[in-house]
Parts: sequence; C-alpha cells; structure tokens
Amino acid sequence: MCGSNHEPALMSGLPTVVILLCGVAVLLAMGIVGAFAARTRNGSTLVYGICLLICATQTVVALHYVLAGAQAIPESYLLPIGLPWIGAHFDLDLLAALFLVVVNLGAASASLYGLGYGRHESQPSRVVPFFPAFLAAMNLVVIAGDAFTYLISWEFMSLSSWTLVMAHHQEASNRAAGYVYLVMASFGTLTLLVAFGLLAPAGGYVFVDMRLLDHEKLLTGIIFGLALIGCGSKAGVVPLHAWLPLAHPAAPSHVSALMSGVMTKVAIYGFIRIVFDLLGPPQTWWSVVVLSVGGVTAVLGVLQAMMQNDLKVLLAYSTVENVGIVFIALGLALAFESGGIHWAAALAFVAALFHVFNHSLFKSLLFYGAGAVHAATHERDMEHLGGLIHRMPVTAFAFLVGSMAISALPPLNGFVSEWLTFQAILVSPQLSAWGLKFLIPAVGAMLALSAALAAACFVKAFGLAFLGRPRSSATEIAHEAHPASRAAMLLLVALCVAAGILPGYVIDTIAPITDVFVGGHMPLQAAQSWLTIVPIDQTRSSYNGLFVFLFSALAASLGAYVIHRVASREVRRAPAWDCGYPDANPLLQYSASSFAQPIRRVFGTLLFQARETVAMPKPGDIGAARFHLVVRDLIWDTLYLPIARYVTLVAERANRAQSLTIRQYLGLVFITLVSLLSLLALLQ
Amino acid sequence: MILDLSLQLAQMIIVLVLAPALMGFVRKVKSRLQQRQGPSILQPYRDLWKLSKKEAVLAENASWLFRVTPYLIFSATWTAASLVPTFATGLPLSVSADLIAIIALLGSARFFLALAGLDIGTSFGGIGSSREVMIASLAEPALIIVTFTLALIAGSTQLSVIAAFMTSGDAGLRVSLGLALVALIIVAIAENARVPVDNPATHLELTMVHEAMVLEYSARHLAVIEFAGSLKLLLYVSLIAAVFIPWGLATPDSAPAQYGIGVATYIAKLALAGVLLGVFETTIAKMRVFRVPEFLGISLMLALLGALLMFVTRSL
Repeated sequence: MCGSNHEPALMSGLPTVVILLCGVAVLLAMGIVGAFAARTRNGSTLVYGICLLICATQTVVALHYVLAGAQAIPESYLLPIGLPWIGAHFDLDLLAALFLVVVNLGAASASLYGLGYGRHESQPSRVVPFFPAFLAAMNLVVIAGDAFTYLISWEFMSLSSWTLVMAHHQEASNRAAGYVYLVMASFGTLTLLVAFGLLAPAGGYVFVDMRLLDHEKLLTGIIFGLALIGCGSKAGVVPLHAWLPLAHPAAPSHVSALMSGVMTKVAIYGFIRIVFDLLGPPQTWWSVVVLSVGGVTAVLGVLQAMMQNDLKVLLAYSTVENVGIVFIALGLALAFESGGIHWAAALAFVAALFHVFNHSLFKSLLFYGAGAVHAATHERDMEHLGGLIHRMPVTAFAFLVGSMAISALPPLNGFVSEWLTFQAILVSPQLSAWGLKFLIPAVGAMLALSAALAAACFVKAFGLAFLGRPRSSATEIAHEAHPASRAAMLLLVALCVAAGILPGYVIDTIAPITDVFVGGHMPLQAAQSWLTIVPIDQTRSSYNGLFVFLFSALAASLGAYVIHRVASREVRRAPAWDCGYPDANPLLQYSASSFAQPIRRVFGTLLFQARETVAMPKPGDIGAARFHLVVRDLIWDTLYLPIARYVTLVAERANRAQSLTIRQYLGLVFITLVSLLSLLALLQ
Repeated sequence: MILDLSLQLAQMIIVLVLAPALMGFVRKVKSRLQQRQGPSILQPYRDLWKLSKKEAVLAENASWLFRVTPYLIFSATWTAASLVPTFATGLPLSVSADLIAIIALLGSARFFLALAGLDIGTSFGGIGSSREVMIASLAEPALIIVTFTLALIAGSTQLSVIAAFMTSGDAGLRVSLGLALVALIIVAIAENARVPVDNPATHLELTMVHEAMVLEYSARHLAVIEFAGSLKLLLYVSLIAAVFIPWGLATPDSAPAQYGIGVATYIAKLALAGVLLGVFETTIAKMRVFRVPEFLGISLMLALLGALLMFVTRSL
C-alpha cells in the first residue's frame, strides 16, 4: 500500500475514503460470492443482506463526513492498481460525500427491498452476482480521483447495469432495450473519453492537476459540450434520453429503482464534477445551453410520461422530467456564477442538489411500488390493473406518498426543491446578459408546466393502478408485498415526509458545498425561528413545511371530529350511483389512454403528431366500431432512425473490405502508413 | 404575541363563516338578474347543515381514500385561505407559506379530488378527473407566472409583503400588473369551475368537470366538499382583492379601529366581487370543453407576457 496525502482522519485514525474503499471491496467480493450463492436456496437473501449492511454503513460514513460541513478536509488516497507506476487515485470531498449518501441510501433501500422482491426472481443467477457489482461501480465513479479510474468505473457501471437490464433476455423487447442501451452507453463513454483527453494534456490526468490548468475559452467550450453529451446521455437529457424509457423498465424493479433513482444522479455528479469543478470559471452561453436543454427535457419528459400505459415506462419518462428539473437548477447556478451573483448561484446549486436527493428517494419508492404490483399481478399495463388499494394497502399508501412528493405537493419534499428553484428564478432579473432575461422566464414557465403535468401524470398512475375496480382477474387476487419490501417502501416514505417538513436541516447539510463550487453561500437556515426556511435574506420569502403539515393535519382532524360529533356518522354501503347507469363491466371504466386524452389533444397534436381516428360501422352493419390512435416519438423518428440508417449503410459499404486478397490488404496498410507519415510531416 | 395569534384565529374563522355567504350572494345576484326572487343568501348554510345530518351512502368498493379525501381537501383549502390576507397583513401564520406554496396547497386539494373521482371506477368520475387535470395543467402554470410578476414588483413571493407593497402605492399603474390581473381572473374562473369553463349548477354529463368528480359523494362528505369549494372561491376573491384592491387592509402596527375598517372593507370587496361574478356569469355562455384550453392558453400567454416585461425592464 502506498497511501499518500494522509490528512487528519475523521474517524478512528483511518481516512474516510479508505473506509469507503473497504466497503466497495466487500461489495465486489459479494459479486463473486453471488455467482455461486445464487444457486443455493438462501443465497440471494445472504447477498442482499450483506449489501444492505455495507450500503447502510457507507451511508453513515459518508453522512458523517458531510455533516462536518465546512470543517471537512478533502481526502485522497492512492491504490497501486490500474495503470502501472501511476495507480488509481480516489478523492473524497463534500460533493462526492453527498452523492455517496444519495447512492448508498438508494442502494441500501434497494437491497432491503430485494430481500423480499428477490424471492420472485425466476433466474437469480442473472441478477444476484451483478447487483453488488453495480452498487460498487456507482460508489467508485463518485470517489474516482483521476480520469482513468473515473472512466473505468463509469464503464463498469454501464456494463454491470446492462447485464441487469438483460436479466430477462428471453423477451425480445428487453434484448432490444439492452442493445440500444449498450450503444448509447458506449457513445456516452466515448464523448467523456475525449472530454478528459482535452482536459488533461500530457500527464495531468489526475483531477488535482486538472484544476490547476488554464484552458483556452474555445477548448473549455468544447469540453463543456462533450461533458453535457456524455453525462447527459447517461442522465437522460432530451434528445439523448431514448434508451432510458426502454432500459430502466426492462430490469428487475429494484434495479430499475437504482438506475432511475441513483445512476442518473451519478451522471449528474459527473456533469457537476467536470463543469463546476475541473473546467474553471463558466461562460454565460453554457448556462443558456443547460437551461434550454433542462426546460425541454422537463416538459417533453412529463408529456411522454402522461402518454404511457405501462407503469414502469411512465416512471422512467418521469425520471427524464426530473433530470430536466435538476438541469434547470444547474443552468441557473451557471448563469448566476458567470454573472457574478454568487449567493444566487449557491441557492440554485442547493436547489439542484436538494432535488437530486429528493428524486432519488421518491423515484426509488415509486419503482418499488410498481415492482410490488408486478410481483403480485404479473402486470405492468395500467389498462389491466385497478382496485389494488384494497388488496395491497401498504404498497398503495407508499405509492400515494411517492406520487404526492413527485408532483411537488406540500408538505412533502418534492415541493421544497421546486420552490427553491422558483426562488432562484426570481433573482434572475439581476443578471445583465440579455439572452437570459428572455430565456429564464420561459424556462420558469416550463418548470411550472412540468410540475402541473407531473401532478396530472401521477393522478393517472395512482388512480388507474390502485383505485377503481380490478380490470383483470390477476388483479383481483393480488397479495401484499413481502415484509422486507414493505419496510423499504415505508423507510422511503418516512424520509420523504421528514425532508419535506424539516427542509432547513437538509439545506444546511448541503449548503457548505457551495462555497467551494460556486463561491457563495446561502444564509444559515438553523438561525431562522420555528424551522422556517428563508433562502434569500433580501426578499424574505419563506416557507415552513412543519407549520403547513401540522396545520393541515389539525384542520383535517378538527373537521372530521366536528362533523362526526355534531352531525351524522352513519354510513351505508350501496351500489355506485353513476347517474343511475352503473357499468357492470369493469373494463368500461375510464382507461389509461382515455384519461390522457384531454392532455394529448392539447399538447400531443403538435408534439407527438397524435392522431385519433374512429371508424364507425355503416348503418345496418353490426360490426364493432374501431378507435385507432397513433402517437409518434418525433425525436426517435427524425434523429435516431436516420442515424441508424446511415450507420447501416456505411457498415454495408465497409463490409466489402472484409474480403480482400492479401495483396489488397498490404496495399491498404501501405496507403495508411504513407498518409499518416505525410500528415505528420505537414504538422511539423 | 397573544394578540397576533388571536388575529390569525379571527381570520381563520372569518373565512369559514363568510365562504357560504359569498356563494349564496353570487346565486342571489344571478337570480335577480334573471328576474327571479332566488333563494336566501343563507341557503348554502342550510344546505350544508341538511347534508351533514344525513346518512352517508358509500359505493360498495369505495376505499379509505374516498372517505378521507373530503377532509384533506377541506384542510388544504382552509390552510391556504388562512394564509391569504383578508382584512390584515402580517399575521403570524403568513410566514409559513408564500404565494407559490398556497398555489401548491390548492394543487394538493385538486390532486385528492381527482383521485376520489377515479376511486369508485365509474366513467363519470374518470371523465371529470381527466378534464380537471387538463384544466389544472394550464391554470396552475399561469398562476405561478402571475406570481413571478407580482414577486418582481413587490420584491417577495410572500403575500403579506406583496399586499403591503401594493397598499403603499409604490407599484403605480403598470402594464404587467394589468396583464397579471386578466390572467389571474381567467384562472380564478377556471379553478372555481364557474361559467364559461364549467357550470356549477348542472348535472348534465357533457358540461361537467367538477360535478362529475363528486358525483358519488353524499351527505357529510358532500357537505365538506361543497364547503371547501366555497372556501376556494372566497380564497381567490381575497387573493385578487389583496393584490389589486388592497386598500383598507390593517397592518401589524395599526390601531384596533383599523381592524374594524379592514373587516368592513373586506366584506364590501367580497360583495363587489360577488356582483361582478354574477353579472359576468349571466352574460356569458358556457363553452365546449375543448375550447377551455384556448381560453386558459390566453391566460398563460398574458401572464408570460407580463412576466417577460418585468424580467426585461423593472418599470413596465
């Protein structure tokens, strides 16, 4: 071991980063153990149990580091593996530690959920070995301290998650999803490879050295673009999101939760690390790009989600929306930083990180709910679900809380991060750049629109899956999820509520990061009375989640109490009224696509070229009337398909070079050599 | 402190007491305009009392969510209504939520109402819910953007601060304020299910949005929902009044007599709004449901235009 830079440690003499690395090592070992244990009867329980322990420990260790706040000392550690003579660098600072909390909290809950959900797995040997490896890879990306380690960990993360996407490869749709995912992941890694190549000329490939370099403006611009494409494709930014709604739902549900709730956050970490940390001071046009991309991503993501009938695909598109919201906040932070308003940049940055934390909680929660539904009914299509609130009360309650949180309804956590973003938007008239004066209100409108549409979307998701009458026989005999799975969901419910009613603590925990990354800080929220949050000293706009929660709870109980005391408390059960014409057949209920129809008409006619045709039989004809709906994904049709066609064309042409004579091959080698040599001569 | 809290309590009770009266008053105005005598202004109180005394009939497959939704809607609406300045600004609870949070609280109420519409599993409930969320998906952004305009003029999203700033007269006449007012009125009409967006007096399937969602409710549950509906109307009137006709509002340091004046002017403002709403509803016809997005689109665009003006120049 050749450790370097031994900073004073936080715990028991060992640097925190070493403790975290030990955890990663155990996770990797569990991957190997899992390969053998998966075949035994209790093997998967053992693996998930140990993953739960390790990830919970990692969370506590990372949280301990984060809570030291401004006193936390950046640590780095050198392992003699990887490139010869250089080794692998691992760094820990507040940003990395915060993302480690997000990653490991999600991972711990997924392991807990897996303890129950894993029992339904038909082929555990395709899931159990790769699950701990995926967890280890995400940890490694966040603590990587040099470009080589970062890229290797990134690719490891992509491949380990790809194996999990392919776990149920017997279904053709999953194989297609895996293929698209693999192509997009390789493309993303390639752009990141080029970005790091440009960042680190000749030897300066350790992050510490990169920070010291001064790049030209044009070069930083190119690196910024590459980082946005590379990290954005993993995070699911429009138009690079195409793989996400295919791949995330294909994996087993606890892995879907990790991919949507956690892996997209690791990608956002990568973007923040490169753009806010390694690249140096930002330029104004970066914020224009990030804000536009974020706004479009948020609105398109949620509109696509609204159109879906598959519960897990709906959740995946909603991830796209939330990534858009995070990018809006990050774009604001870039705009303020380049405009020199550092305290506002701090506010936007905290809003982005708060939303990262929130989304990792409620998106995991919602995927667990969808997984429980799938395990109980073998259905993901909402057209075949319904009435599950009676059969699965705990899952329904958890899914309801998750839906409220993701719809940004107070007093839950999703509202607080969106509220902070709105507050940051309202500071923006102080910016002097003219383009931003027009762009930011438009982006604000997009954010408001996506929040409202998210509420509509989750009324649909919860209402059709859990309310109403069962639409299939499998739904009628559904049973509640395993106790461990229920515990995982209730844990996340508790965290969503706690972060919503006590947002001041979360903000104060995140806030010390901003001094390093955007050069400003938010006012200390603990100094406010009654746990109110006041993000900006000048405007004094405030929000108190605890009061809103307590007051709503009191008002509801008071209302119920008064009514039941002074008025009637009698209840009679009777058939549904429905204007006197109740439908006997549950299939005549409002369906998922009919629920989406008004919004599809308003927004989808243009954006998705949605066309509805009704073919009525002729008078006298007793045939059925047909309703036909076409919804196109314009990005897929106009961007991906032409590229795919072009690539196929080139590949077919190049195919001829596969069967040349030995003489022709030698000729090719000779031509290549000569042209490269002449290029070299020209350059010198 | 005790005084502040008692003022807050007074506001909470005033909004509860006045809400059905406003509903009754609007109905009275409409009846008079149609040359009818119309029911008394107190009729909504009698209706609520009658409903709450009856035995509740629940559909066989109604879940617990269906039963708690009325109380949740009521509590969210009441919380929001207690935070809007009615007769005084700077009440102690007003720090706990700004205008954005009030909008979101109303969003919570709508979320549960739309879910309740889907709970029984009837076509009418579904049609109401899906139309309601469509209307909300346009009305809520418009409201948030109106908030942007107001916040940039007054320097805070806190309603108390906005109302106090408007009272001071520093705001002056602005184009953006005018645009915000029109946008806000359109949203208020849509959100309260008034003509021309929805008709609160019908049960015909083709015109109903709000009524379709609450079709399966009866007795005390229906009473609580109707009560919350009238509270919401009062809330929107108070909101428009607090921002655009803020005169007469008492401030934290004013004399007790000022509070009396505040209450009196508040009731006068409600009456004015009731007359205007009644006249408006009588002169206009209900529109088809797919005209509503265009109507709300106007509101969204006006709000955005107003906000853009404020982002570009502080003086318009």
